[in-house]
Amino acid sequence: MQYSDIVMEHFRSPKNVGRIENPDGIGEVGNPVCGDMMTITIKVKDERIEDIKFETFGCGAAIAVSSMVTEMAKGKTLEEALKITNKSVAEQLGGLPKNKLHCSNLGADALHKAIMDYYAKKEGKGKEPKKFEKEEYIGEREGKCHCPYCDTELPESAHYCKKCGKPISIK
Amino acid sequence: MEFIYFDHISGTPLHPLVKEAMIKYIEENGFGNPSSQHRLGDAAIETLNNARENVAKLINAKPEEIVFTSGGTESINHAIKGVAFARAKKGKHIITSNIEHQSVSRTLRMLMRMGYQVTTMPVDSYGVVDPSDVEKAIRDDTILITIMHANNEIGTIEPIEEIGKIARQRNIIFHTDAVASCGNIPIDVNELNVDLLSLSANQFYGPPGVGALYIREKTPIFPLIDGGTQENNQRAGTQNILGIVGMGKAASLAKAEMPERTEHLLKLKRYFLDKLGTIDDIIVNGHPEKSLPGLVSFSVEYVEGESMMIMLDEKGICVSTRSACASGSLRASHVLIAIGRDYATAQGTLLFSFGIFNTIEQIDKAFVVLEETIKFLRNISPLYKKK
Repeated sequence: MQYSDIVMEHFRSPKNVGRIENPDGIGEVGNPVCGDMMTITIKVKDERIEDIKFETFGCGAAIAVSSMVTEMAKGKTLEEALKITNKSVAEQLGGLPKNKLHCSNLGADALHKAIMDYYAKKEGKGKEPKKFEKEEYIGEREGKCHCPYCDTELPESAHYCKKCGKPISIK
Repeated sequence: MEFIYFDHISGTPLHPLVKEAMIKYIEENGFGNPSSQHRLGDAAIETLNNARENVAKLINAKPEEIVFTSGGTESINHAIKGVAFARAKKGKHIITSNIEHQSVSRTLRMLMRMGYQVTTMPVDSYGVVDPSDVEKAIRDDTILITIMHANNEIGTIEPIEEIGKIARQRNIIFHTDAVASCGNIPIDVNELNVDLLSLSANQFYGPPGVGALYIREKTPIFPLIDGGTQENNQRAGTQNILGIVGMGKAASLAKAEMPERTEHLLKLKRYFLDKLGTIDDIIVNGHPEKSLPGLVSFSVEYVEGESMMIMLDEKGICVSTRSACASGSLRASHVLIAIGRDYATAQGTLLFSFGIFNTIEQIDKAFVVLEETIKFLRNISPLYKKK
């Protein structure tokens, strides 16, 4: 396994494991078909992430990403937390194996989704949630599988990525 | 670091006596080309023939029916493509199952691109192919049936004897991929009614990179690799004699020790299964009786397999999550989906494959780590309802 030392450390002793009761925001992403699911719950005070916890079903990288993204977001303002990208999470982890980069997407997605959920709840039903630039908010990938190499969206039955040609399933 | 190896399905350690035979060969000869006409060639031929005899005895074949190859994958490619090409004029239809190893399924996919048609048999919840399904799938243009002997992910042993009977009655060539089973359970090519059988030395304590294809006399088949006249014109190129020496020794040991080995492996398996029964929400995959003696596949609900495997590796316990050849794939195993597991359950599967040098004490040690690992990862999982 070619995981970095930082990945292994977060995998071995993940930070912020669990689920906040009565959270201010909740973000759920992934599905078991692709092999990963992640739930992030946040507690917000004065537009700042006061507490954050995660639960993850997934590979070693997915667990390390969850731990890292919660560490990075803790104590940050919501605006700052929305600037955490999958790329910055992967960098903080000292890199991820190529076919595991999609796990870092999941982490940032779950965080952004939890924040969006907070805004939606706060502004109440009938009101449009605060709009974000596409780069900032990428929580729309839920329930879909993506190529682990180039991140192109894939149909469930795909054996090969139609964009980069890498094999997805071996059968 | 001291470690415990429970991944024999990915490759067995070299038996000390096999290693000894290989070293002896290097020291005494080591480089003679068996096709040479001088004394070194003669010595190499004798070595080759000894090994061939031992491999033949392991499966009750004749020595001249054994072709040495570079391993299981080459043997399988040779069997399938060799028959497909030799019989192309008679027909282009092939029957297989949906739990085959990639070296079968991807070879067939390549043939499909070339105009061949493939019918794939389903399996039941234990992973068993129904021979009557195979009979129904036979067409006038069916030239080959290829069904594996024992599955490499769940251990289930297929009814090869009955399928072979059907194939013989209908004059269709029958190949079985016996890579996972050969050397581990008794095999008699005549009882199994097979025309072709693939095997690999590294599954029975021989070296990696060497295997064999059994080709019943008079079977119409083309070589996969063309060139010289080696291996009865079926496999060109100077033989990997060092590997073959190891394979021959491993085959004779496997044949001689098989009853004791099986007894030992079954003891380990039963002991492990009893312990496994004490953990909640575990599903054991494969047939309860008709199964490889040393292999246990089980799905741990609410957690993912790779994270368990890495955590076990951290503590010095080597297991796998699926076929080593498919470890690059991130999708759930096709075998587990074929036997009806849902995706989340299939993703949480571990494969423990025991070997003849493993002990009960090792299982005790590993089980403590396994229990901790499952508890730890379930605690992180959003799917696990905390009790």
